[in-house]
Amino acid sequence: MFNLAKKDRTLLLIVAGMVLLAPFLLQPFAQGSGMAQFNAGYPDLMQRFVIFGILAIGFNILFGLTGYLSFGHAAFLGVGSYSAVWMFKLLSMNVIPAILLAIVVSGLFALLIGYISLRRSGIYFSILTLAFAQMSFNIAYSVLTPLTNGETGLQLALDDVRILDGMNTNGTLPSTNLLPPSLVNGFEMRDTYHLEIGSWLFQFNTGYYLSAIIMLISFYIALRIFRSPFGLMLRAVKTNQTRLNYTGINTRPYTLAAFVISGMYAGLAGGLLASMDPLAGAERMQWTASGEIVLMTILGGAGTLIGPVIGAGFIKYFENIFSKINDTVLHGWFGWLPDGMEDAVVWFVHIFVGKGWHLTLGGLFMLVVIFLPGGLVEGGQRIMNLFKRKKSDGAGTDKQHHPKSTPHVAE
Amino acid sequence: MGILEVKNVSKRFGGLQALDDVNLDIQENTIHAIIGPNGAGKSTLLNCFVGKLIPDTGSVIFDGHSLLGVKPHKINQLGVSRVFQTPEIFTELTVFENVMIPCFAKRDGAFRMHAIESVGSETDIIEKAELMLLDVNMQDKKDMHAGSLSRGDKRRLEMAMCLAQDPKLLLLDEPTAGMARADTNNTIDLLKQIKEQRNITLAIIEHDMHVVFSLAERISVLAQGTVIVEDIPDNIKGHPKVREAYLGEAQV
Repeated sequence: MFNLAKKDRTLLLIVAGMVLLAPFLLQPFAQGSGMAQFNAGYPDLMQRFVIFGILAIGFNILFGLTGYLSFGHAAFLGVGSYSAVWMFKLLSMNVIPAILLAIVVSGLFALLIGYISLRRSGIYFSILTLAFAQMSFNIAYSVLTPLTNGETGLQLALDDVRILDGMNTNGTLPSTNLLPPSLVNGFEMRDTYHLEIGSWLFQFNTGYYLSAIIMLISFYIALRIFRSPFGLMLRAVKTNQTRLNYTGINTRPYTLAAFVISGMYAGLAGGLLASMDPLAGAERMQWTASGEIVLMTILGGAGTLIGPVIGAGFIKYFENIFSKINDTVLHGWFGWLPDGMEDAVVWFVHIFVGKGWHLTLGGLFMLVVIFLPGGLVEGGQRIMNLFKRKKSDGAGTDKQHHPKSTPHVAE
Repeated sequence: MGILEVKNVSKRFGGLQALDDVNLDIQENTIHAIIGPNGAGKSTLLNCFVGKLIPDTGSVIFDGHSLLGVKPHKINQLGVSRVFQTPEIFTELTVFENVMIPCFAKRDGAFRMHAIESVGSETDIIEKAELMLLDVNMQDKKDMHAGSLSRGDKRRLEMAMCLAQDPKLLLLDEPTAGMARADTNNTIDLLKQIKEQRNITLAIIEHDMHVVFSLAERISVLAQGTVIVEDIPDNIKGHPKVREAYLGEAQV
């Protein structure tokens, strides 16, 4: 099935299962319970998980395979978002043309930036991409205001042309859809089906499922690229470009292709973000956004297939959940402590949550980089190996006859 | 007419005349050694053959193609492969993947967007890579990380990678540097075997005279950036100019 090796097929199926069941998996705590804070199964956050997952998967094709560290990938995200919103303004509220345009425009943009930036490697490449992204950010704020609507950000308006379905607006802003509501109901991105079981509330959102399916397709494509001769060449670029050149391989088109592919992934993510919420602002292109992409990939495990997705989920979870824990919540948690102690504990924990969530994430990031250079995936692998060893010891198998398979970069 | 013709090549680095009017003619299907004391310009000359350096003047013609200003990967696609002094291999890939890459390069050229096929389904490449590993006797190490190989194995792997492309000319930069005598002899045997089995020309830069005189069919002696003598090994041994060039460095 899918023309994949057994191990990869299993991975794909696991990811598919987790993504499709996310509304259940991310909602483990009952409504109204003290732990309900930590539920992440609401549409807005779940959409972010998969969309930023797509972004990180794409970034990993460039950084994880070739080792070229782009510090400007947010630019493609932004360009994708702007393209999508323009499609909503000019053509129709259907998300398909918007997403397609986002991919095409960001691909072309990546071709231009990549063609210039890839003349250099290492830190110079990173700086060039950073410069381009910051240029895009600043231009979007200033001279390109007619295209980007500057500081306000590009958004829908009542007098938009919308050639295909402009007549349908009756005084309210329309919402994005997969199939026009005049034909079928329930295919607007914001449509959510609520399922209540006991005191648990599960939400199934059209936008999330569209993003999730697109994310699974993106993941599958990345998997195929990792296992292809093209992917092998990209990994070779990372280890020794000199040898490749003296082996008759022209590395430039390979790196450029990887750059454009990952730019298109970023554009797709940007297009999806705009499809969920038709608004595009320049801050999406800022260098901190680019840095976040790098962080996601390294935290999860650069060069691994699933790592970047995990990293993206982790960061988005922290950003949305930890940041919401304020002092009132903390007092609720630690109310059982004696008065003086309660205040002290709350004061201390306060530093790490709420607005201080960056501190927790930073600490976690440092721990991962120092102790698990392969990212969270390496942590998972180590735990798995621990279990495997215990099992094989128990069965008394001869280790000599079960040589350990060599670790693989793309695992 | 040789397979590689070098005419009046000069190269200057600032105040240093690295190569001074070098003329060299490497005949097809021979083992040609280039020897000379340290700093004679051997490596500079080699770098001019593979596109790493462009000579200031003169011409380098390989098999009818001028190599001046041609990019390294294009020179390689013409049929010139190079074994480096310190092995250049893909340390983070497995031995087998290392050998597959030149097989792909030979079949698909400098670039091909084969992103959807799986490596595992490329049976012709896998077969060829297995043959190449068999040639250098490394089939039992094929799943190892190339970076974890011993130095001798790294060299043999690099040799297999170069041979996988069926080059017309194989350039070897001190293939036995830093090797123990036993390994050196193995390398000599391997090179002899390669030469016998294939239609290939070998150009070797070497310090070890034992290697040079066991292998070379012709020898060029380079000193101070210029070829002072070119002859068959028997005539090189006692040549007064060669003695002069090496005086105080090694007994020839």
